[in-house]
Amino acid sequence: MNALADELTAHRFFARMDAAHLEVLTGCGRNVVIRAGTSIIREGEPADSFWAIRAGRVALGVTVPGREMPTLGTLHAGDVLGWAWLFPPYRWHFDADALDDVHAVVFDAVCLRGKCEADPALGFDLAKRVAGVLGERLHAARIRLLDLYGPSDGG
Amino acid sequence: MGLPMAAEVQARAPLTPVTHRVVGRRDETADVVTLLLEATDGSRLRYSAGQFNMLYAYAVGEVAISISANPVDDGPIAHTVRNVGTVSRALCGLHPGDSLGLRGPFGSDWGLDSAAGGDLVIVAGGIGLAPLRSVITQVISQRQRFGDVEIVIGTRTPEELAFKDEVSAWRERDDLSVHVTVDRATPGWRGTVGVVTTVLPRIHCDPAGVALICGPEVMMRFTALALLERGMQAAKIRVSMERNMQCAVAQCGHCQLGSVFVCADGPVLTWERVEPLLSVRQL
Repeated sequence: MNALADELTAHRFFARMDAAHLEVLTGCGRNVVIRAGTSIIREGEPADSFWAIRAGRVALGVTVPGREMPTLGTLHAGDVLGWAWLFPPYRWHFDADALDDVHAVVFDAVCLRGKCEADPALGFDLAKRVAGVLGERLHAARIRLLDLYGPSDGG
Repeated sequence: MGLPMAAEVQARAPLTPVTHRVVGRRDETADVVTLLLEATDGSRLRYSAGQFNMLYAYAVGEVAISISANPVDDGPIAHTVRNVGTVSRALCGLHPGDSLGLRGPFGSDWGLDSAAGGDLVIVAGGIGLAPLRSVITQVISQRQRFGDVEIVIGTRTPEELAFKDEVSAWRERDDLSVHVTVDRATPGWRGTVGVVTTVLPRIHCDPAGVALICGPEVMMRFTALALLERGMQAAKIRVSMERNMQCAVAQCGHCQLGSVFVCADGPVLTWERVEPLLSVRQL
């Protein structure tokens, strides 16, 4: 197993992934450091990358002209950034900024999609993992809609 | 012979309020106030973290409020009240020098003694931080008795976080791991955004440890499920239940949840015991 694949085995998203699949994926990835305050992705731009965060925090938000970006959620070590790269039309739905210095593995999305098309078993595994992340985020968003901590009826 | 302890008075007359005077007041948020109370007869209350009192706003009514003070501290007893109704509004309107009636303490506690020696996970949602402040301050004052301590605090917005100064002080400590997350960020917030359950996969979580959860019932349910996924045991997950306490001595039945009198058997109950009751659609 190469060094990058070895590092990814410790990442929550890639936990228990087949070693051969990991090796293939690392052909599309590289380690990067993104400085705090840097814009990582922008809503509407081509979704041409996929990020596995190893350290640091990322803020997800939307652009509202004339206002500070409202943060909709934060991502941390063990999280992944970006799912729009897997589904047409391959455009980002949100903005993402680095809150701290972020250490991540960034994957080239075109390369990843190519590997997935070429190896359906790898593609299915990756799609299931991304779907799992989407499920977690949908669940969290629904819980937030409950406005859990708002005032209750009381005496 | 000195005056009897208030706790001894309560043992004789649990339905009779003891007059207390407000000796301090702190506005925690726009609608949450902490009142510091002392008995007018000079007696001191003995209580455990997790227990509650019935606070009586004279001429208005009575409501159950958890104790938010450190039980091993000699200072005045503290209650943190959110203004959500007629009685709590009256309590939130009290100032130093004002009087109120107090019954109790009542109910079960967080069972800190049985958690000693192991790791603790403490999860608070909204005003649920108040009864947990009692246990957190006790843990800090007896820090050597416990292993790793993870504290997760969820609140709607940064402005609605209670005990801001204390939470900041807890975050400065290197013997606690404190995570604060908000549902909705407001300008200037640089912290975590998301429900408390999204934080739980990242914390240190020993399956043999004890978890203490307090917050709205739905939040406690999702939190308990997330901790079970992390391998914790239902018998070691403790939640503080909120029900309509009236008598506080297991007589009137207003707080009954199946066979459980929340005022006496609770408010702190294990998830193992309470989960089957919460999954019944109508009790």
